[in-house]
Amino acid sequence: MRQILVCCIALFSGFSWCQPENGDDLLSLLGDPDPVIYSTATFKSTRVINGQSIENVAGGVMDFRVSHRFGTFNSGIHKMFGLDLASMRLAFEYGLSDRVMVGLGRSNVNEEVDAFTKIKIFKQVESGSNKMPFSLSYFASIVMRGTEWAEPERENYFTSRLYYCHQLLLARKFNDQLSIQISPTFVHRNLVQTKADYHDIYALGYGGRYKLSRRLAVNAEYFQILGNRLPSINTNSLSLGVDLETGGHVFQLHVTNSSSMNEKGFITETTGEWGKGDIQFGFNISRVFTIKEKRPPIKQ
Amino acid sequence: MKKYFFVIGIFAFGSLQMLGQNFFTRNGHLGFFSKTNMEDIKANNESVTYIMDLTSGEINISALQTNFQFEKALMQEHYNENYMESSKYPKAIFKGKIDDMSKVNFKMEGVYNAKVSGNLEIHGVGKPYTVDAVFKVGGGHVVAETNFKVKCADHNIKIESSLKNNIAETIDVNAKADLTELKK
Repeated sequence: MRQILVCCIALFSGFSWCQPENGDDLLSLLGDPDPVIYSTATFKSTRVINGQSIENVAGGVMDFRVSHRFGTFNSGIHKMFGLDLASMRLAFEYGLSDRVMVGLGRSNVNEEVDAFTKIKIFKQVESGSNKMPFSLSYFASIVMRGTEWAEPERENYFTSRLYYCHQLLLARKFNDQLSIQISPTFVHRNLVQTKADYHDIYALGYGGRYKLSRRLAVNAEYFQILGNRLPSINTNSLSLGVDLETGGHVFQLHVTNSSSMNEKGFITETTGEWGKGDIQFGFNISRVFTIKEKRPPIKQ
Repeated sequence: MKKYFFVIGIFAFGSLQMLGQNFFTRNGHLGFFSKTNMEDIKANNESVTYIMDLTSGEINISALQTNFQFEKALMQEHYNENYMESSKYPKAIFKGKIDDMSKVNFKMEGVYNAKVSGNLEIHGVGKPYTVDAVFKVGGGHVVAETNFKVKCADHNIKIESSLKNNIAETIDVNAKADLTELKK
């Protein structure tokens, strides 16, 4: 009798040993923490409209950008409501890594060449052990104005052609549709027109996008100049637009009161007034080329 | 008294054997391939978790969608953003079992073919699958390998009509993992 009892106990213990410890979920045995998932595609493109978005081109990817701003709507029938005139910028922008991108652009507005870098400092975490509610990037650019000197008779320095911009990009993707960005901006101008003009200009940028479908989003952007540091002829840049995505292209179509397509330009040199019809139709076309393929790791 | 020792002996031996019942890896492979006349798309994930109970033949696999590496970054973004909705459904999970444990003997070195059945959840939609798998046992390792097909529509993965020529309706999936003992 006792032997049977012992056998039963042994069998029973053996049986219980065979059971996975946490019911039928083997994965929970590993006790792995929830993986960290970063928000992606907060904006469709590296630009909200004129200004930088939190997005970078991926590492090894070249983005060829063509941007146009036509003349103002109120320029009348003789200029075909602005379509006869165009400011443009051509640029090559490249991702050194997923976090760091650089770009070089040429614009016919003031014959400017711009160079910039944009660096991701941290990324919004959607789910995982460490919560990060927003993404932060740093943007810096240098612009060289190429036009003839206004006063060639005096001694002019090369550095007088240079402008600098520093920007922090703070963005949050609230859900699949809505993303909002705030961009504190600092622009330094080595040479200004008059003694009364300030060299340093501060601005706050606001940007947002609302995604309507996989391929279509609407965007809005506003740059507010802080303090009274610009002449009264200057206005704040306001732009509204749509993003259309088709495979490797993103088409950004918009209306704006700015004609420049680099930061120091549209932030500190905008003079158009929406109320007076100084509105320009414009577009950015972005085409990406994968220069360095992310090779799938070789299987052992 | 002798019988007691015998029983205890079995008990101790049994428990020792049981300690080594779970084999696992966090660096398993999962890859897929979409072939159309227009475009070949492939992606690989080399940090897939596999865990297997050698006594019961149970297998669990968990793959993070955002860990699939594509050749083009834009494809990867579209995969996660448009098709997998990875923020909502971050993982693909398989929970299954070897159908017939008499086909395999994990205590003996060798190559065993066996069917594995279970539920594969992709994009938040589960579907039962039965696949032919190969298990190579030896040197403290179990290497598991399989190939099977997944239909996008089965998991409610919607492909817009304009891209029907670029993305295959049926995707070839391959899985391979080198599992070792899970030590407590």
